[in-house]
Amino acid sequence: MTARTRVDGWAKVTGAARYAADHRLDNLAHAVLVTSTVPAGRIAELDVTEAERAPGALAVITHRNAPRLSPAGDFYVQTVLPLQDDLIRYEGEPVAVVVADRLERAGEAAALVRVTYETAPATVELDDALPDAYRLGAYFEPITSSVGDVAAGLERADVVVERTYTTAARHHSTMEPSATLAEWRDGMLTLYDATQGVFNVRDAVCAALDLPADRVRVIAEYVGGGFGCKGFVWPHQLIAPMAARTVGGAVKLVLTRAQTFTSHGYQPPTRQTVTLGAARDGRLTAIRHTSVNSTSTYADHLEMAAICSRAMYACPAIETDHLLAPVSTVLPTPMRAPSDGPGMVALESAMDELAYELDIDPVELRLRNYAERDPTKGRPFSSKALRACYAEGARRFGWADRPMRPGALRDGNDLVGWGMASATMATFAAPASARVSIDADGRVLVEAGSQEIGTGTRTVLCQLAAEALGCPPERVTIRLGDTTLPPTGMTAGSSTTMSVGSAVQLAARSLRTKLASMALAEGDAPAELARLDGDALVVEGAPRTPLRELIGDDPVGAEASWSPSTADVSMHTFGAVFAEVRIDADLCLPRVSRLVGVYSAGRIVNPLTARSQMIGGMTWGIGQALLERSPVDRRLGRFVNKNLAGYLVPVNADVPELDASFVDEHDEHAGTVGGRGIGELGAVGVGPAIANAVFHATGTRIRGLPIAPETLLRGDGDGRD
Amino acid sequence: MRVRLRVNGAERQVDVEPRVTLLDALREVIGLTGTKKGCDRGECGACTVHVNGRRIDACMTLAVMHEGDEITTIEGLDHPVQRAFLEHDAFQCGFCTPGQLMSAAACLAEGHTGSDAEIREWMSGNTCRCAAYPHIVAAVREVAGRA
Repeated sequence: MTARTRVDGWAKVTGAARYAADHRLDNLAHAVLVTSTVPAGRIAELDVTEAERAPGALAVITHRNAPRLSPAGDFYVQTVLPLQDDLIRYEGEPVAVVVADRLERAGEAAALVRVTYETAPATVELDDALPDAYRLGAYFEPITSSVGDVAAGLERADVVVERTYTTAARHHSTMEPSATLAEWRDGMLTLYDATQGVFNVRDAVCAALDLPADRVRVIAEYVGGGFGCKGFVWPHQLIAPMAARTVGGAVKLVLTRAQTFTSHGYQPPTRQTVTLGAARDGRLTAIRHTSVNSTSTYADHLEMAAICSRAMYACPAIETDHLLAPVSTVLPTPMRAPSDGPGMVALESAMDELAYELDIDPVELRLRNYAERDPTKGRPFSSKALRACYAEGARRFGWADRPMRPGALRDGNDLVGWGMASATMATFAAPASARVSIDADGRVLVEAGSQEIGTGTRTVLCQLAAEALGCPPERVTIRLGDTTLPPTGMTAGSSTTMSVGSAVQLAARSLRTKLASMALAEGDAPAELARLDGDALVVEGAPRTPLRELIGDDPVGAEASWSPSTADVSMHTFGAVFAEVRIDADLCLPRVSRLVGVYSAGRIVNPLTARSQMIGGMTWGIGQALLERSPVDRRLGRFVNKNLAGYLVPVNADVPELDASFVDEHDEHAGTVGGRGIGELGAVGVGPAIANAVFHATGTRIRGLPIAPETLLRGDGDGRD
Repeated sequence: MRVRLRVNGAERQVDVEPRVTLLDALREVIGLTGTKKGCDRGECGACTVHVNGRRIDACMTLAVMHEGDEITTIEGLDHPVQRAFLEHDAFQCGFCTPGQLMSAAACLAEGHTGSDAEIREWMSGNTCRCAAYPHIVAAVREVAGRA
């Protein structure tokens, strides 16, 4: 299809786009959270007298006077309701919220809340919690898997590689800190929220505050990035409406940057062990992949890092397993490219180690183990063009000229290395509904509850609606991000284009049927008969009808729903990533100088916004490989770098020209759209490709991300976090 | 305290406490919410505005320090780099975009656009978590006339 600039782009380049905290409400009060400074224990003393007397203070809410909340439902995965007891489960847990007439006064009053704690011993470091690791009963996929006989496969192997890899705790660090504006007016609660799921927030708030669904409306017109941290519902989203109800008006609660490190989840660190058995010719005889990640002490988040090994390579024996280890931090949560992202770091690093054990080119090793079917599920893939990705990626990168030996490339004082990795991401989809309507002038309105978090949803839905109706995209307006619109799922799991896109196409098709039937004056005329031509309808077998003759003052609309089918296929996106690194030989400072990614994801609706998704994801991979880590301090029981000077995300100067492209493909199983999700795929495979390139440059094998200069200076790559 | 600012060419009298940042004065008092608060401590650049033609982080300066100063925010920007951002898809979520654009306009005026490397360096005070960086460089490069 055609590249199109964003339909909401002009609003974004003029400052007109309104994010949650930008909404102006009458008599808006400001709320500031007070959060615990210890990781475990209970509140010993809590003195709010000074805070209550502070200038402008309207309310100080603590566990002593907070309204009692009811269990907040499935999407409130945190499970602990805020401000309901004196227990402390993690550093950063809300202990009070202060509301004042002005922001600076709320901040001052919050600083006057005096809290002391009875601290309890706490484990915050994953390695310290490993003795307490446990296995969950169920998750969105089975926790363990086993096909074939891995022990026998390892026995039979000519070469066995068994290694442990680590990935670090990381934070989403959206540019927009989470924010909730809550307004009580005439018995209605309206929330302007920075969320990836307006319906989740509504349902959680209704449940917690015992309100019927028709009394709560959640609006998310624009969201300043999500990447997972705005998916589920977190304490501040219940605290803001609680505060609004207490003061009987409108309250704005914006997390500080430091609070974004503890007030919603993060990507947990993982420890993964990969065992690969292979024959001399490179064919895998066995794969075992196990992972353990940290979770909180009060709820479970599993990073299913080993699921990538279930589907990635053809192998007669594959076993995977996942464990959780509880630590006293806030509950971790999915972060862009969950599970496959950290998992492929381990699998693809191990494949590179195997390539060197066997002295087989890394691309060739992957081709020799190319999976034509999902080896664990035994099903065909919905569509897979990974072979073409390897070939095209290698060609664009110039891989054929790569010497196998590490340390063979050098440019002045720079050690140069070339590495590659595969990418894959499980494909998610969710039930969605949409309404498409048209007025007498031929103006089309598409409505769906779904959110625009930067992925280009408005633009892609506009294109899909225009295509399905046969009208120019300029005629189409998109309304999103509102619980009064047709229900959809979260903007998460790279699911929106397939899910909401299919619902929009079905609704558009249903509208064409309706218009054709109206024009022919008979029931259920086939949609194919009708097409729009400006402000007229052209129907086969009937004269050209001006829309004005068919449609009165009220637009004509149609609504449709789409649900993922249970077709007997395995659905994943794929890619091949090639990286060049340059490392100053004295300073050991690694820099990415070239990155090529070629992807197999089915149909690409908008190449312009799709490219932005891929280069964004690839840059996340640079962050994963070289910069991003959230270390905890064992003594203080807290993350030590809760700001953007301490938590490093890539900046412009860290990113070279990026070469991202797609293989031409249509996936007939991917809804009516034909495309699988791409929001997360770009962030997979880049980390291990860079780690493998660093090995190629230096001969130091990397087994822990991120790669720090001191690790390379020491000459051991086991990393740390 | 009363302070007189010239914001986007218009005179604004605001009554703020001395501790109120220029950013909070713009957003919460004047109501110009195009300027964003990403970190409130000068690390991300989302609040970049022009003061007397220079780009600064509005979170790192107090409103009362700007009596009589000429302040330009995204709402007052009318610059070809805005269209270039749109055409090169130099943003995704758009939250850092006002700051990126204020920085880009200043970067162009400063002449720090001699090479892609120079643009990258001089645009590195503005973080974009969606990571539209190569497209930002392309947009600035185009306006600088090196497309």
